Amino acid sequence: MKKQKLPSTHVSCQGACAARLPFILWTMVFVAIPLLYILCMSFMKKAATWGILAEFSLDSYQKLFDPVYVKVFGQSMWLAFLTTVFTLLIGYPFAYFTSKLPPKWRSLVLLLIIVPFWTNSLVRIYGWMILLRSQGVINSLLIMLGIIDSPLKLLYNFGAVLVGMVYALIPFMILSVYNSIAKLDPALVEASRDLGASRWRAFWTVTVPMTRAGIMAGCVLVFIPSVGLFFVSDLLGGAKTMLLGNLIKNELLTARNWPMGAALSIVMMTMTMIVIGIYKKVSGEKSLEGIV
Amino acid sequence: MEKTILSIRNISKIFGQTQALCDISIDVSKGEFLTLLGPSGCGKTTLLRIIAGLETPDEGSIFLDGKDVTGWEPNKRNVNTVFQSYALFPHMNVFQNIAYGLKLKKVPKLQIEKRVEEMLALVQLPGYGQRMPSQLSGGQRQRIAIARAIINDPEVLLLDEPLGALDLQLRRQMQTELKRLQKHLGITFIYITHDQEEALNMSDRIGIMNEGKLIQLGTPDEIYEHPQTRFAAQFIGQTNIFDAVVTGQEEDGRLVLSFAGGIIKAQGSGQTGEKVTLSVRTERIRFGEENKYGFTLSGRVKSHSYTGGLLRTILLLSDGQELTVTGMGGGYSRAPIGTQVQIHWNPGCAVIVERGGAG
Repeated sequence: MKKQKLPSTHVSCQGACAARLPFILWTMVFVAIPLLYILCMSFMKKAATWGILAEFSLDSYQKLFDPVYVKVFGQSMWLAFLTTVFTLLIGYPFAYFTSKLPPKWRSLVLLLIIVPFWTNSLVRIYGWMILLRSQGVINSLLIMLGIIDSPLKLLYNFGAVLVGMVYALIPFMILSVYNSIAKLDPALVEASRDLGASRWRAFWTVTVPMTRAGIMAGCVLVFIPSVGLFFVSDLLGGAKTMLLGNLIKNELLTARNWPMGAALSIVMMTMTMIVIGIYKKVSGEKSLEGIV
Repeated sequence: MEKTILSIRNISKIFGQTQALCDISIDVSKGEFLTLLGPSGCGKTTLLRIIAGLETPDEGSIFLDGKDVTGWEPNKRNVNTVFQSYALFPHMNVFQNIAYGLKLKKVPKLQIEKRVEEMLALVQLPGYGQRMPSQLSGGQRQRIAIARAIINDPEVLLLDEPLGALDLQLRRQMQTELKRLQKHLGITFIYITHDQEEALNMSDRIGIMNEGKLIQLGTPDEIYEHPQTRFAAQFIGQTNIFDAVVTGQEEDGRLVLSFAGGIIKAQGSGQTGEKVTLSVRTERIRFGEENKYGFTLSGRVKSHSYTGGLLRTILLLSDGQELTVTGMGGGYSRAPIGTQVQIHWNPGCAVIVERGGAG
């Protein structure tokens, strides 16, 4: 109805709106509606047997303050934080030295970082189990060399989960840091050296601040998924290391408490939003293009 | 002559298959303005980087104030560079950029502030301390880059095509200003450019480089008036290069040569019958039958091109070669196209740039 009243100058806008329509529809159907569904569900009650009761309640949110859940939040945050720190500590030097390689070697190394993406990550985590088991490759090797007598307990603990997380997420860190190091004008480092800075000083006063966008992007790209990557702690942590992602999976699939799972998901999304908000604030990026 | 501050001894450098620098030796005096001039890829930037310590030579050594600094890290050398791209730190403001060197030297804060203010005044940008490099124009960035380098009081300041990115007007202005700064501070400048006019107008000495070799080193006058090679003659100014055959020698040492069916004279040495290559600057050639040197060279006017101040005339000689003559543009009558004109020049203006081979 309204369309007919619009002046003719808006014809081009109509065209543009029409072009955007499929995208808007797609976003509505696959993003907005499911999110709304989850949000609504989180305010409902669990049915006694199966499914949900369409009744408003804050039960699920109240339960979030149960010490058991609080502990899981804490553990998830701690693990995500450690994962981010370790991927940065390993990934930054790796990306730095990769960028200094001759072009031929550089592309080979980058290819090797990307190649594992072609394999299912679950399969790769199974690979870590083979390495870390008590009769696994690492223990056998250490015993064979006579360094230890009895196998070390490498699997099913927090450390194993951390190793798996770092392993699974480090490519994101390396690639985003590499990107910003590769873009850094070498003349800036040379200027710093020329003005009297040692290699180390030049690195800290020029290279690091100039690649901050890449560091921030890498941290966000590692931190966010590490909160929800449940299969890593499932496989490498045994049942002992419960993370937010595991909790959501359990509530939805095992306990069949859908409102609880939904409430946890909302919490996780909120935390993610906060992290992205901090990223935007600190990096000064208006959009998230630095990440992608 | 002042004492030698920088001594470049037999420097050679090879990148992969290309000889970037081949046995370069130059002594630079304190307070001198030395320009390295050459086409892109001639090795001048590589030489500058070797002096700065950003590149290591394969052979040869660099002496700075009497000390062999060849293996020294760039931060240990009292040499500063103004980079072609300015290389201002984009994450620091103008003040922090200029203060960078002094901060590393742990100069007290108050003194740094005072020095930075001085530098900003010196490059005529007072009050710009809090701006970010991205808020500055090209010319302003240029000045900040210079201030950032000279605040460290270097023994030698290296400038890598510092005016290359500026437009002509600004470039002229900055040339004058740089020269003023250099005189005022008494710092030794090693200046890289591919702009011959810039080189001639600013330098105490010019080193012409090509394909990794130092072709000629001399004052702007020497370089312009007495080029030693064909390349030096052609690279600076406009010149006519042609072959002539020596037919004799006059008592005062002038050579008599035959060229394009006429007789010409030149300063220099040569054997009778020898073929030599001469360079004669286009503005040194005069029209007219009257000449005290006994030239009998003539050509037909082929075309004129008028460029405001100057008039360029192309002459076609009897053997089909062309000569270019430049004269004053306005007011002068020009010979109509197609007419035959006599030409001559002061024999001292014809320079032999190549010798060899019997005519």
